[in-house]
Amino acid sequence: MNAPAPAAKRQPKDYASDQEVRWCPGCGDYAILKGVQKALGDIGADPVNTVFVSGIGCASRFPYYVSTYGFHTIHGRAPAIATGIKLANPSLDVWIVSGDGDALSIGGNHLLHLLRRNVDVQFLLFNNEIYGLTKGQYSPTSKVGTRSPSTPLGSVDMPVSATQFALGAGARFVARAIDTQQKQLPVVLARAHAHHGTSFVEIFQNCIVYNDGAFDNFTAKETADAHQLHLEHGKPMLFGPDRKQGLRLKPGNLELEVITVGANGVTEADVLVHDEKNRVQAMMLATLQPPAFPVALGVLYCNPALTYEQAMADQAKVTLARQPDGDLNKLLRKGHTWTVSA
Amino acid sequence: MSIRSSSTAEQLHPPQRESIESAVVRFAGDSGDGMQLTGSRFTEVTALAGNDLATFPDFPAEIRAPAGTTFGVSAFQINFGSQKVATAGDAPDVLVAMNPAALKVNLRDLRAGATIIADSGSFKERDLKKAGYEKNPLEDHSLGNFQVVPIDISALTLESVRHLGLTNKEALRCKNMWTLGLVYWMYDRERAATQEWLKQRFAKRPELAEANIAALNAGHAFGETAEMPGIHGFRVAPAHIAPGLYRTVTGAEALAWGLVAGAQAADLKMVFASYPITPASSILHTLAPLKSYGVTTFQAEDEIAAACAAIGASYAGALGVTSSSGPGIALKMEAIGLAIGVELPLVVVNSQRAGPSTGMPTKTEQSDLYQAVFGRNADAPVAVLAARSAGDCFDAAIEAVRIAVRYMTPVILLTDGYIANAAEPWAVPDAAKLARNPAAFRTDPQGFHPFLRDEKTLARVWAIPGTPGLQHRVGGLERNYDTGHISYDPENHQKMTETRWNKIKRIADDVPPQAVDQGPFRGKMAVVGWGSTFGPISRAVANVRAKGHDVAHIHVRHIWPLPRNLGELLRGYGKVLVPEMNMGQFRTLLRSEYLVPAEGLNKVSGQPFKIAEIEKAILQHLGV
Repeated sequence: MNAPAPAAKRQPKDYASDQEVRWCPGCGDYAILKGVQKALGDIGADPVNTVFVSGIGCASRFPYYVSTYGFHTIHGRAPAIATGIKLANPSLDVWIVSGDGDALSIGGNHLLHLLRRNVDVQFLLFNNEIYGLTKGQYSPTSKVGTRSPSTPLGSVDMPVSATQFALGAGARFVARAIDTQQKQLPVVLARAHAHHGTSFVEIFQNCIVYNDGAFDNFTAKETADAHQLHLEHGKPMLFGPDRKQGLRLKPGNLELEVITVGANGVTEADVLVHDEKNRVQAMMLATLQPPAFPVALGVLYCNPALTYEQAMADQAKVTLARQPDGDLNKLLRKGHTWTVSA
Repeated sequence: MSIRSSSTAEQLHPPQRESIESAVVRFAGDSGDGMQLTGSRFTEVTALAGNDLATFPDFPAEIRAPAGTTFGVSAFQINFGSQKVATAGDAPDVLVAMNPAALKVNLRDLRAGATIIADSGSFKERDLKKAGYEKNPLEDHSLGNFQVVPIDISALTLESVRHLGLTNKEALRCKNMWTLGLVYWMYDRERAATQEWLKQRFAKRPELAEANIAALNAGHAFGETAEMPGIHGFRVAPAHIAPGLYRTVTGAEALAWGLVAGAQAADLKMVFASYPITPASSILHTLAPLKSYGVTTFQAEDEIAAACAAIGASYAGALGVTSSSGPGIALKMEAIGLAIGVELPLVVVNSQRAGPSTGMPTKTEQSDLYQAVFGRNADAPVAVLAARSAGDCFDAAIEAVRIAVRYMTPVILLTDGYIANAAEPWAVPDAAKLARNPAAFRTDPQGFHPFLRDEKTLARVWAIPGTPGLQHRVGGLERNYDTGHISYDPENHQKMTETRWNKIKRIADDVPPQAVDQGPFRGKMAVVGWGSTFGPISRAVANVRAKGHDVAHIHVRHIWPLPRNLGELLRGYGKVLVPEMNMGQFRTLLRSEYLVPAEGLNKVSGQPFKIAEIEKAILQHLGV
């Protein structure tokens, strides 16, 4: 049933469904949709074998707008539904689309277990640090002091960091992108797709209605150069308007510091080289925040391990070798039986 | 009739054995004493001896409660006989009490004159104190109504295995086998099957196998030689059982195998997703090793995830099944609503237990009927079925799968803690003769939309990812009747709600009309039951009918929708009595559906009905 994709390369528009997109004008979701459709074309994804699964929230309308199979489910549970889909048919290419409330509040438990199991899916978390669909309450990623209808005096609880959560849960692929960066976003998504196991991608998404400018401290024109670190595996972690700023381990300390190449005898050789297989480093990168630090973007961590489906398939293979036929009559007659004759 | 079995040989019965029609024996001890194991061994050899039987395992929720306490008492009751046996028995004829706590907890259930075999070696001052006895009941004449047989089973067990050089602790763990040996002698049971089983169980510790067998034999020899009042040989003739191949089966096993059979009949792989909960976990345990039968089991992170994974599996073209007990089902309900909305097959098994909340996890109840039929937000109908016995779980599971696949709907299958754990002899069906119910996936893109319906069943098409040309989007938002797209249109919601409702109602056209299990189609009284009350109701009705009363027994499997003829059938009786292990949930359903003046007999003690309780209620309601 899984027909091979036609040879002709698909264009982003081939991944648009016939449904009218109904996000607010100016919503970051439009840009993400565009980025995903471009990524699907670049990958050459076969719509027949591709499934988008979502929970509830603005982001979760996403599947309706892609020409693949799509399942808009219930709040927070998309990871569990997607796991069931992969258990039934591991050959399907499954993308989960979620938001900060869906993924980290009501669905936090399922995301934790999806990541630790390493189910082979892509998980896109559209983080806008606010509840949009319910009209603007603060979310689990909102900064302390966020004023919202439910927190008129400002929120008092600490936000959760999506990427630190993912790394803590055992994710083997953790990346970040910005909604409007149409050059980088499809590249990150293609990397996520190529990875076997759960690929976790946090996408900073601007909610123009309820939390406009939430990420301006590193996405606005005037801050972008100074506060975005675009990671490349095996390359020194340089950033800044002239790429003169770099990260290194603070001598005698397990923490990062910003250094300037050319100042105080610092050379490019002093700058830490990004190793995407290093979990400890990934965790340190995930914590970096402006103004003292840049925000780390791109692939923070990629270190594949056995996927859940593969581990299940390996077990099944052993069992099938031992008892190949699946004869129900044998099962029903296993153990002690006796015959009553007339 | 005759019995053939590799482990049963012909045996001459000594003339001194007294012939009896049936007996009820209860083994009771500490939860660490191995009473469930003892009971299940006795069950097996009793089945091999050709008796009909029913069992009732009754154990505490605590895994290892403090030794010797009343709340740590575990019991296993078996009723066996040469006639049809419907229940585990109202009142034991013999109680085996391994300690004072076991005696204390179980004494109130015994019939007058019952025999109490007690391990006097476990009735020391410390043991008595733990059970709350001030004086030793074996010695203070407080058990005058019973035939008390104190035997120092502890000492005799140690003696019987002394030559094997085990530690004192290991040796004492053979007490249950010594006791079993004694009870085997009393009821003329063969030991060979148990000896064989012990060898297999302790294959890695042959010295323990030997010790247990030595204890079993010693207990048997004790019965043969000890001339003690109360230790008496009986003979229970084989029952008249329909010819065929038999095994013992618990409800959990039969249900698990029924799901496998149902999925195979539908040509579907099964994804069984569950979260551990008493008393439902044994279904997961039974299915987990069955990968070669097309079964994938998934222990989810919680009840919600289990339901969702099952729905995801059905979405992708497998049969999604989830299983739990009442509190877990409550957590699944939002997801079940999704499956109702997107119209996907889903089987939800509820092994009911006493509630509300955590309630009494190891005790049985039938109090989730409202939850199954009505317990969701919005107008959200599903099909609801109930299994009546351990063996019936097999057929009920097949039926649940059939309806789920044919009608693209969740089906809730109700069983309970009692039938999940109880074992009974079961005529093993021939899988090759089971009806087929192949699922049909949509493959034709011509004119496709995901909510195209079968005119007769109103089931929507099952179009699974991977099918060329059928890419579509479904979800929890209301869907347009004609396209499947999101719709907030008022008339459309009315139409879709009615369609979902009518689809479930039409299942009633596709199930057998309600039969009368016993008695006339019209008469003075119908006793109407559902689920695990089948055994006690059927025997109670048989008993009152034998006394000449005009009473019928109707047992309902299809709880929702109800069988087409049920209302008319019930109107043919002067009275309708509904015994159930809840406060009247099925009675309410019958009253509201048919406006019949159904009356209830309601028991919520965590224990199954006794036959006598139902008999008494029938006679009361008949006014005799």
